[in-house]
Order: sequence, then structure tokens, then C-alpha cells
Amino acid sequence: MAAAAAALRYLAPLGARLPPQGRAAGRLLQQRRGLRLSAPAAIQVTVRDALNQALDEELERDERVFLLGEEVAQYDGAYKISRGLWKKYGDKRVMDTPISEMGFTGIAVGAAMAGLRPVCEFMTFNFSMQAIDQVINSAAKTCYMSAGAIAVPIVFRGPNGASAGVAAQHSQCFAAWYGHCPGLKVVSPWSSEDAKGLLKASIRDDNPVVMLENELLYGVPFEMSEQAQSKDFVVPIGKAKIEREGTHVTLVSHSRPVGHCLEAAAILAKEGVECEVINLRTIRPMDIETVEASVVKTNHLVTVEGGWPQFGVGAEICARIMEGSAFNYLDAPAVRVTGADVPMPYAKILEDNCIPQVKDIIFAVKKTLNI
Amino acid sequence: MQQSGTRYTKHVPSTRMTPQTCAVGVSKTHHGWTCNAPRTREQTVLCHVSGGGGARGTPCLLGSTPTPPAPPQLPKELVLKLYKTMTLLNTMDRILYESQRQGRISFYMTNYGEEGTHVGSAAALDDTDLVFGQYREAGVLMYRGYPLDLFMAQCYGNVSDPGKGRQMPVHYGCRDRHFVTISSPLATQIPQAVGAAYAIKRADANRAVICYFGEGAASEGDAHAGFNFAATLECPIVFFCRNNGYAISTPTSEQYRGDGIAARGPGYGLMSIRVDGNDVFAVYNATKEARRRAVAENQPFLIEAMTYRIGHHSTSDDSSAYRSVDEVNYWDKQDHPISRLRHYMLNRGWWDEEEEKGWRKSSRKMVMEAFEQAERKLKPNPQLLFSDVYREMPPHLRRQRAALERHLQHYGEHYPLEHFEK
Repeated sequence: MAAAAAALRYLAPLGARLPPQGRAAGRLLQQRRGLRLSAPAAIQVTVRDALNQALDEELERDERVFLLGEEVAQYDGAYKISRGLWKKYGDKRVMDTPISEMGFTGIAVGAAMAGLRPVCEFMTFNFSMQAIDQVINSAAKTCYMSAGAIAVPIVFRGPNGASAGVAAQHSQCFAAWYGHCPGLKVVSPWSSEDAKGLLKASIRDDNPVVMLENELLYGVPFEMSEQAQSKDFVVPIGKAKIEREGTHVTLVSHSRPVGHCLEAAAILAKEGVECEVINLRTIRPMDIETVEASVVKTNHLVTVEGGWPQFGVGAEICARIMEGSAFNYLDAPAVRVTGADVPMPYAKILEDNCIPQVKDIIFAVKKTLNI
Repeated sequence: MQQSGTRYTKHVPSTRMTPQTCAVGVSKTHHGWTCNAPRTREQTVLCHVSGGGGARGTPCLLGSTPTPPAPPQLPKELVLKLYKTMTLLNTMDRILYESQRQGRISFYMTNYGEEGTHVGSAAALDDTDLVFGQYREAGVLMYRGYPLDLFMAQCYGNVSDPGKGRQMPVHYGCRDRHFVTISSPLATQIPQAVGAAYAIKRADANRAVICYFGEGAASEGDAHAGFNFAATLECPIVFFCRNNGYAISTPTSEQYRGDGIAARGPGYGLMSIRVDGNDVFAVYNATKEARRRAVAENQPFLIEAMTYRIGHHSTSDDSSAYRSVDEVNYWDKQDHPISRLRHYMLNRGWWDEEEEKGWRKSSRKMVMEAFEQAERKLKPNPQLLFSDVYREMPPHLRRQRAALERHLQHYGEHYPLEHFEK
């Protein structure tokens, strides 16, 4: 009775076409249009703004945190991720560096060893190769080599993977390269919530963390819940998220391809195939348990990544599934959808066909399900 | 930034100097430089590098003379400590080198001929100054009181090693003595030292960072970046280059064509000075002043200490393949930091043959005792394989550790577990 009365309150009087208000508006819209339910205070935030918020909040919270990299200060960041931060926090907290990845990465590592908490930005992760010795041999291995005497609480962040029309030396995905190394944690956000929560978690983590962002996602708005807007919102490192539940096949992905998986899932749903889409969020330590539980449910696995196939993230997922109990639940071999095994070409038509598209994911699902 | 002229000059040599000459008169041999004139200096000369080194080259700082006694007037206790540290290091080197040859440890690097650079610089620093080394600076750690048994423990990887047996020999590290764990890749410590100096500057403590490297490592890109950043970030750091003539088999004539490392400093905005690395007092003076100004003014300094690597690069090297025995003997007999200091002490009446004999015996005894103990000790617990990969042990490593424990419970008798700590 109470529920009926409550429902009556939310319905417009017969004959009148009053516009819905406030909380009622959200519920009514949801009922009428089948929209996804969201908290009333949710807002649309781009990944760029989410990262900016995370940096702002962490710089405010802990004075040991500082940001360094090329163009991060006066230029507001090559991709405007650090917009406004230099103005607010000054030279000591947001530092422009000379053009030497090797140099400023080494400096950041040394500063971390001496007790600060640097956030080291690479303009793209392609340029991190010039500093990769500092990242791996120094940051990743030092805690172990010094038998715990020296901590390196540092975050390396920047855009990773394919962009648009920037060709071979600006389009490589480093998830497999960094995910390979013990001593590092590697995260790969997709949505704004992922970006903000993972960046905050990475800065607060006492280990070296590599955060692989994506340039094409920077301008994309996502819904951010009220909870995600709070200053203490962190996404735990090492936990995957099920973006869409399903029963017929498990799609595992990270970063931008998660969006493609959801698009493919929407199209496949019309044909009666329900895909479970898992957003890995963290590459290392990988949450293989979530994938296993999903495979046990769906019996089919497709991995999707932007990187090259050989020794990639998908290869690791398949190997681990084989090694664990979920293998017994597979009804078909797992299939990987990856970037083409070539350096990224420049011409648009070639570039488009070198990265996984929605149609490739659909094709892989149908192949796995034999439909 | 550069000052022409000198601060403490008493006598500026009027002889024309060619690149890489020392104030005394130096000829350029195939490995770069050698001081072949007998030591007859009379005064202390402290010269700053001017921007236009050019044909004149960068003069050398010389600190001491055999007769008469010259500045600095360091107290006897300090000078004795310098001498005893150098000789103890030398003795330890001999024993550990031999132990590698006998198959007891896997690898070793000696410090022969460069002991002066270690103790001269270490003595000029504060105890809390942070040290980033390359791999041939054991004397700095020894000067700070690191005990013999811990040096040995690291080389043997035994249960007493604070490094838990993780690293190959001579990769020492000691948090309490502010000596950052040695890392093998060359010159990576240079930008790290700058970053640490930046952190220290922010903390506004009366601390400096000293960063050691060889003239070969100075060719690395990391060195260029580190020098540049030290100046642009205005860090309290002293860069100390041990120019010992060789990078494994590469002589300095093939390592660079410019005027060594000191001449590069002004190009970056670093105050630079070249010193006679085998003269403990010269090294001490230069480091002391560099440190003082680095901290007071946030002005980074570059010290290039000219010395000679008397030993092989490491136990994996045989230097007779690329240099003559005569050349090595010259440095060993005519220009060794230990004998030069000993002559100084003998002349001042602070040392005599009796004490020399006694000290040789007792220092050797100390080293042998530590050595025998180190050999007998157990190796670390195999469970330590899994710790410190991250600050907290992740679940997958915890599972692997537990699996190893179960395996050893069942099959332990097939493993030499009696050599390992339980």
C-alpha cells in the first residue's frame, strides 16, 4: 500500500502534463525511457578533467607529491591534463623539465628514493623507451635489490597506445612491456572513474606504478557518480570491473577497447548474444579471478587489446586461464583480438584497420560461439 | 659563475700547459695523462676552471708536499684515520680478490690506486650527506664505519647481509650510513642523485648529495642530463668523477677528445675543478669547499679527480691484454695515494716503521677473521626469495612462498638446506 501511494505521488495527475522535478525526474525518465539508472547527482566528466581533479586533490592532500615532465607547468600540459595546477601550486609542485626523458625520469626516481612522491609524466609512453632503464632497472627493481631499504613511491603516467594519425613511433602500446616486470604495478583506465580513482590510488601507493592513459579518451565524457566525485574516491589497484553482465561469452579488455567491447555487446544483444564485458583496469597485478569466475559462467573467452599480439596482455590471460580451474569450463579455445602485427602506419585507412574495431570483436565472438 | 683567477693561489705555474696537463708538467700518454715529473711542488694551488680552458687545459689542484709540511693542517687523528681506512681497504681488496680466484665468491672489484679519492672526499662530507656511488667507492663506506663483516657478508651473500643476498658482490648499500645501494647500469645514479638533492633542497636541511662516477660513465646520456638538471634545478650536489685512465680496456684517449670531464662542467653551469686524485689532501680540500658552497648557495659542483686504476677492471678482466706492466708499476710505485700519505706522516713524525709493521699485521688479522667468519656463516632463508618485490607481498607471491614451504617439507632432504638459515 505504501509503495502504491509512493508511486502515485510520483505520477503526474491525470490529464496534466507536468514536467518531472528532481529525484522524481530521474526515476520517471528511467521508467519511461528505460535509461540506465544513475544517482541524481551524477555528472558528465571528461577523462581529462577527471585526471586533473585527481592530481589537484592529491597535490593538496600530500605536500610530498609533485608533478614533473615536459610542458606540464606553464603550458598546462601537452594534453592539458595539468591545466591550472602550476598556477595554483607553483614551481615547487609542478615542474617543467628540459627535454630529456632519461634525465627527468632519473631525477624523479632519485627524488622518490629520497622521500618525495613524484608523478612523472611522459608526453607519450613511446618516449618512455628513452628512459626505460630508469623505470625498470632503477624504479622497479630497487626495493628488491636493496632488500626493502629503499622505497620508490613514484607514478609514471601519460598517453599510451594508438592515437589518430601519429604513426609508428607515437602509437605503440606498452601494457605488455611494463606488465612483464615484477616490482612494477601497471594500471590502464578506461572511464573517468577509472582514471580518477586509479590515479589517486597510484599516487597513494608506495610502489612504482605505471599508469597507461589513452589520448583519444581524454576528451570523452563519462558519467561520474557522486561517490566518485569525492576527494577520497580511489579505485583499488588489482581489481577488475564487470562493465556489463552477460551469460554467453566473456569479453576481457583494458583502456579504449573496453568501449568497443560495449558497443559490440550492444549490437550482439540484438541477435540474442549476451556478452559479459570485463574492464581489467589493472594489468599488473592482474585480477584473473574475476575473469575466471566469468569464464566459469559463460564458457567462452575473447580478449581484446590495442597492442600487438605476440607476448601481449591477451596471451597472458589465455595462459593463466589454461593454468587455472576455469580451463575445464571452456567450451571453445579462447580467441584474442589485437592490434595488427605491424608498426602503425600513417594513412587513415591503414591505421583504422590496424586497431581492433567493433566488427572484429563481433567476428571473434561469433567465431568462438560458432554462430 | 666561472671565476677566472684563483682564491688560494700562492704560485701559478708559468709553464705553458697543453690539454690534460697538470700544474707540474704532464705528458699525454696513450691512456690520457700521467704525471711523470718528480713531485717537487712547493705550494698549494687551487684553481677554478675558467670558461676558456682551451689550449691551456684545466690545471690541477695539488694539495700536499713531502717536505716541508704544507696545508691543510688536518689533525693527526683524522690523518691517521685516512691512512688506516685506505690501507684496510687495500688489504680487504687483496683478500677478497684472491677469494674470487679461489672460487669462494663469484665476482669482485678492487679499488687499487683510487683509495685516496674515496677517503679524501668522504672525510670532507658530513655523516648524513647522501652518497650515490658507481661501484668503486667502497672506501667511502669504509670511512663511514661500515664493518668488515658486512662488506664480506654482501660479497658472500650470507645470512648477515643486510641486502639479503640479492645482489652480486661489491653492490653494497647502507641506509644508516646514507650510502645508496649500488646499481650496476652505469651513470643511472647521476640523475637520481640530482633528484635526491632536489628533495633535500626542498627539505631545507644542511645536507648535500655526492655522486661518484668514472670518466667512462660520464659519456652516458644520463650524465649529460644529470649535469644539466643539477644546474637548472639548482641542487646542493657535488659530482665526483674518478678519472682513472681506463673504462675496462678503453683508455681516455678513446673515451673523449675534449679536456676531460672538468671542462664540461662550465658548459652546463657547474662550478668545476680538477684535482690530483692521488693526493688525499687535495681531494679533501676540493670536496670540503665544494660541499660548503653547494649547500650554502645551491650551486652544484663538479670535481674531476685524476687518478689511476692500478688493478683490473674486475675479476672478469685481465688488463695485461691492453696495457703494459711498466705503466701499472709506475703508478703502483711512484704515485700511490697510500705511499704518498705515508711519506707525509713519516715526515711529520706521526708514523714509523714499527707502527707500519704492527698495523699491517693487525689489519690483515682483522680482515682474515672477518673473512673466515663470513665463509662459515649460513646463507639466507630461501623464503626471502619472495619478499621486497613490492612494499607489501602480493597474493600470488604469498601462494608461491607457501608452495615452496610445502615442497621443502616433503622433499627437503634432497636440498642442501643445512647451508641455509631456517
